Amino acid sequence: MMDVAIVGIGIHPFGRTPSRTGLQQGAYAARLALKDAGVAWKDIQFAFGGSASAGNADALGNELGLTGIPFINVANGCATGGSSLMAAYSAIKSGEHDLGLVVGFDKHDRGAFNADPKALGLGDWYGEVGLMMTTQFFAMKIQKYMHDYGISSGTLAKVAEKAFTNGALNPNAWRREPVDADTIANSMMLNDPLTKFMFCSPAEGGVALVLCHADKARQYTDKPVYLKSAVLKSRRFGSFEVFAPSQALRQVDGPTVDASKAAFEMAGVGPRDIDVAQLQDTESGAEIMHMAENGFCEHGEQEHLIQSGATHIGGSMPINTDGGCLANGEPIGASGLRQVYENVLQLRHEAGEHQVPGEPKLGYTHVYGAPGISAVTILQR
Amino acid sequence: MSKQLPIAEGLFTWPADNPALLGSRCNNCGIATFPVAQSCMACSGEDVSVEELPTRGTLWTWTVQQFMPKPPYLSGETPETFKPYGVGYLELPGGVRVEGRLTENDPDKIQIGMEMDVVFETWRTEDNGDEVISFFFKPVAAGD
Repeated sequence: MMDVAIVGIGIHPFGRTPSRTGLQQGAYAARLALKDAGVAWKDIQFAFGGSASAGNADALGNELGLTGIPFINVANGCATGGSSLMAAYSAIKSGEHDLGLVVGFDKHDRGAFNADPKALGLGDWYGEVGLMMTTQFFAMKIQKYMHDYGISSGTLAKVAEKAFTNGALNPNAWRREPVDADTIANSMMLNDPLTKFMFCSPAEGGVALVLCHADKARQYTDKPVYLKSAVLKSRRFGSFEVFAPSQALRQVDGPTVDASKAAFEMAGVGPRDIDVAQLQDTESGAEIMHMAENGFCEHGEQEHLIQSGATHIGGSMPINTDGGCLANGEPIGASGLRQVYENVLQLRHEAGEHQVPGEPKLGYTHVYGAPGISAVTILQR
Repeated sequence: MSKQLPIAEGLFTWPADNPALLGSRCNNCGIATFPVAQSCMACSGEDVSVEELPTRGTLWTWTVQQFMPKPPYLSGETPETFKPYGVGYLELPGGVRVEGRLTENDPDKIQIGMEMDVVFETWRTEDNGDEVISFFFKPVAAGD
């Protein structure tokens, strides 16, 4: 049974746009999404949205018009977009509302994020000695993973090479120049084993989606895309997560594994049924580990899959077809919704040069955020 | 006269002849954590005891921080004087895996599984001459 459909999508190009604030980029995306669905802002019954650095999403009312609707600000790190979408999904599924907007946007300063230890319940010492760095976590997680499962540093470079190849095909991406694997591998080392070109950068952008009750989808579009599942999980005790001064000796599966299993169960499909996937790739290692954590392969199989091109747009398991975080950068509030935007394009067969071949029917998105949350959606044409 | 002060109270025993990191252990489920917590993340229990953690362990994973972090990093270094530093999780037997800085920053000299000691050294010197002490993980020298 289908409950919720996506009937309108809009995006503000990612990258750097000095002429527009983050909020204006959100409004830009929202207007495009409304137009795509053929509805007016005054028709929208509720909204969920968020940004990490560009203001409250409900300030969009000042741009789009003040209509009195419930507009809830969402703040959940890199999973902000996924959290907004899950909340909107529940609002429609519950029968409370029929038509709503989900929006995410952001505008970050250059350079790595500087997180505040206090916001995460940590002592000041943790930041002072230089441990408050998301990049260290990603590097340490892939370092251990490479050691345990035989992933080579050449495969790390291949992931980034594919991202830039796909970004070059996507008019809304930030990085639009292909970069070869040797250049990536030989760029400046930031956190061993990850080099500069293997990390995504904080950036700018906005994405909006119009959602409605599935029964009414055909009123708005002849190409509805249905949300078969939208799941958000936080970490359980024992999972290895970012910003952890210590971790348990006995490790358990992380929130990505939990969210993925729940999403597949809810949708009644399995990883082999998925035609196109967008997996959180804040750095090259993340995409590799997330392939297995989301059930698309066994641990260690990535070495062969990536080296053989299986994850390319034309491969058997296309991943991050719009260039992912690596080519789009990461505006925190917008990033998770960009993945959904891309899958809707793919399922509508409107992705242009980065369209996967054939007739994709099922798309999968996955985000991971500090300090250990994960959101997964499964979309169906 | 300058003093030696711990970077945070309750993080490790200081001053002490044989300083050690302080963790808490749940009296209900036996799970240890660092730094000391008021309750147990594993079972939600609120009955916890403070204990000294082992001072030798094995390196579980690591990286080297090659660029200088933005604040809240507070080392007294400038971009010109910044030295890359190792970071890792040290598995302390019977306790917990603790994250910390390594005294070594050469990737060729750091391996998963190597033995390391928890050591306490000057982290930075304040304008008034006081030394701020923090903990580091140091490779065990051959024969030690």
